[in-house]
Amino acid sequence: MSFMSPAVRFQNVSRRFGSVRAVDNVSLDIEPGEFFALLGPSGSGKTTCLRLIAGFEQPDEGHIEIFGETADGVPPYRRNVNTVFQDYALFPHMTVGENVAYGLMIKGVGKAEREAKAKSALAMVKLAGYESRRTAQLSGGQRQRVALARALVNGPKVLLLDEPLGALDLKLREQMQEELKSLQTSLGITFVFVTHDQGEALSMANRVAIFNEGKIVQVGTPSDVYERPTSRFVADFVGSSNVLPPEFAAAHGGHAAWTSLRPEKIQIASQNALVPAACAHAKGIVTAISYQGAVTRITVATEKLALIASTPAGTDVRKGDSVSLIWPKSAMVAMGEGA
Amino acid sequence: MTTAVAERQRGIGGAISDLFFARPQLVTFLLLTPPLLWIGVVYIGSLFALLLQSFYSLDDFSGLVVHEFTLSTYAQLFEASNAQIILRTVTMAALVTVASAIIAFPIAYYAARYARGWTKALFYLAVMMPLWSSYLVKVYAWKLILAKEGIITWFANELHLRWLLDGILALPVVGGPSLSFSYLGTFLVFVYIWLPYMILPTQAALERVPANFIEASADLGADPRQTFRTVIFPLALPGIVAGSIFTFSLTLGDYIIPQIVGNSRLMIGQAVYTLQGTAGNIPLAAAFTVVPMLIMAVYLWMAKRMGAFDVL
Amino acid sequence: MSSKANRTTPLGLRISAIAGLLFLHLPLALIFLYAFTTEEKSFEFPPPGLTTKWFGVAWTSRPDIWPPLYLSLQVAAIATVLALIFGTLAAAALSRARFFGRETISLLFVLPIALPGIITGIALRSAFDIMSIPFSVWTIILGHATFCIVVVYNNAVARFRRLNGNLVEASMDLGANSFQTFRHVILPQIGTALLAGGMLAFALSFDEVIVTTFTAGQQTTLPIWMLSELIRPRQRPVTNVVAVFVFIVTLLPILAAYYLTREGEHTGGSSK
Repeated sequence: MSFMSPAVRFQNVSRRFGSVRAVDNVSLDIEPGEFFALLGPSGSGKTTCLRLIAGFEQPDEGHIEIFGETADGVPPYRRNVNTVFQDYALFPHMTVGENVAYGLMIKGVGKAEREAKAKSALAMVKLAGYESRRTAQLSGGQRQRVALARALVNGPKVLLLDEPLGALDLKLREQMQEELKSLQTSLGITFVFVTHDQGEALSMANRVAIFNEGKIVQVGTPSDVYERPTSRFVADFVGSSNVLPPEFAAAHGGHAAWTSLRPEKIQIASQNALVPAACAHAKGIVTAISYQGAVTRITVATEKLALIASTPAGTDVRKGDSVSLIWPKSAMVAMGEGA
Repeated sequence: MTTAVAERQRGIGGAISDLFFARPQLVTFLLLTPPLLWIGVVYIGSLFALLLQSFYSLDDFSGLVVHEFTLSTYAQLFEASNAQIILRTVTMAALVTVASAIIAFPIAYYAARYARGWTKALFYLAVMMPLWSSYLVKVYAWKLILAKEGIITWFANELHLRWLLDGILALPVVGGPSLSFSYLGTFLVFVYIWLPYMILPTQAALERVPANFIEASADLGADPRQTFRTVIFPLALPGIVAGSIFTFSLTLGDYIIPQIVGNSRLMIGQAVYTLQGTAGNIPLAAAFTVVPMLIMAVYLWMAKRMGAFDVL
Repeated sequence: MSSKANRTTPLGLRISAIAGLLFLHLPLALIFLYAFTTEEKSFEFPPPGLTTKWFGVAWTSRPDIWPPLYLSLQVAAIATVLALIFGTLAAAALSRARFFGRETISLLFVLPIALPGIITGIALRSAFDIMSIPFSVWTIILGHATFCIVVVYNNAVARFRRLNGNLVEASMDLGANSFQTFRHVILPQIGTALLAGGMLAFALSFDEVIVTTFTAGQQTTLPIWMLSELIRPRQRPVTNVVAVFVFIVTLLPILAAYYLTREGEHTGGSSK
């Protein structure tokens, strides 16, 4: 085991189901200790990638290494990797304590020792004293914690989480985001999680890989992929974005390329407002106002195209107003490809 | 620090498990081979042996089976006495099926749409118990009921309806010296024994009719009769057809019921039984069994086209 | 049907449903009644008197009952064990993989119940004939196991289908190999279904007469004994006593199987 080897390495990995390329020539390094997100719409190949790391699927082409050791042909039960399943997959015929101690029991750890370890794992996920409960008696959030404890008690080198917060309601989801993050920081284990929720990926992960149609379209830190999307797909999928055609961007002080402009970078001003030197502007008429709680999204039809601006709630703009849109030229991010 | 990939598991279990993981088809093959040998070789093999016998013939003088390919045994099926046996059995099977469907429908409909909670469980059990409980005991019960000195005669006397019972027994074809020696008796026992096979699939089909279909039909101005005819019945039909597969097939092949409750005229099952037993005419017995097989093959083919298999 | 009628049951429907259920159940009550009648030559109704002596007679002075009973129990026990093994293997194989011919094979596994019993019976008999296999306990068992496999298969395949595939993956993920996963996760999940299937198979075998008459030769199982008593009766109430016994021996496993598969719906399902 080399000190330099990544926690997980995909080398030109492909996985086909029939004629569908679920994962198409993916290469990726996940570094030790990272909190890494696989983000993409459903059917984009992110879950298959997770299952390839776990060993439930084997690549048709390419290789996967885990901490420098090849995982080719290694069954899931011989990988030091554990998974938190989307539906938690708790064994319904076992108590909470038996669920958590399952991996240790399989390894042949003595009863007293595994009970003690299960107990402290449950305490770690704030479920101390739940050992003898039946899984059916637990709430969704509690089940998730049990699934987490059941995986972590084995001391995995990599923890895989499949849509870990998908089944929880909003409030619980925010709370669990915080807990997962602090758990990952304190344990120092590599976490790889799959999500289709870009907000979740951006707020939790150190780095994000964005999937589309079996391929990785961009890898970077949350601010990288948000601020500097390299394709229209990423610009659209991560947050929402105004995509400016090359001629429009060039006419407003950007490069002659497809360009992303985030709605929150655009300010709405009166038609005759002064435009600072570092800014671009366009005039137009408000065609729609959509109130969304903390922000209000305002659609403005300019001469060439409709732009969306988002402003803090409580704007006094009305539908039909003539307005000027002002944004820093630096907020326009040229993207590599046109599609 | 542990490594990321554990070493190969020691012990034979781990080694075999690794092999299984690498070759999942091997596992399927190993699992499937023993039962497939049993059903595929023992059972299907026997069916073919039977089919083969039907192409042999019986030498009338020696009473021995001639092991030469011939269709003469099949030709015997069309002789008047044998053709009558077939016609009689098919008619009985059809009548039993219709009667079962009529009696089963209200039970299935009630259980599917009105019974809730414990009544639903009760209905289910009330149908499952007679379905699974001893066939012979059930037949025996009807022997008691239909006997000349039995409960039906007693009731007829008590209600001063003896004239009605005697009138029914005096009817040609269906009547007889007593109910337990008449077609009517055979028919009643068949309906009784196979009824649960009709109720369960009908209920399963009705369970799948969403309640709002019926409300929608009423909302669109259909009276209950129209709703039944245009919505409920067509949707329940695949279930009734699925149930009829059982009632029809089981009646075709049964030889115990007509032997215990019925007159001396044979049904297919009895003919097969006596031919292979005392007569030793296995070729003709085999040819007779091909009749229900063929009828059922056609029946299953039609039922499949009507979507009856989805509710089985 | 108005929405009000949806809440309250139409009277006609209720009456015909209840009448149908009574039709299914009342005849069985007569079996019990006639076990206590004092009349032994006919099925006179109402019974001229009631007595419990026939239970004693069946127990002490009818030695012809016992050998068939032992034979039936032996056949049912062995056929059930064989059916459990083969039926479970078939269900496991057909539910775990999709392969060419899978639909045909699963049709094959219900054929012994779909075809009339007489066909199964005479087919086995002619196969025994051709291969010159003499009748024995094992020829009876072979016939019974053939349709008992179907019963176990049907029960097991339904449960395998409900078994959450993630549980197997979770077990392997936590370090368990195929055998450990089978022992600790799959078996506890399908166990009640197998038990239920085994009980139904036992009840079916214990009671079977149609196939048995073809595969038994000169041997007498309890149902064959009953059949001959039905055709040539002597001491009719004793037959009723045996019928009551057979009814209870088949009913108890059926009720247990029902209870087990109902419970299974709670424990066998995945987390909601």
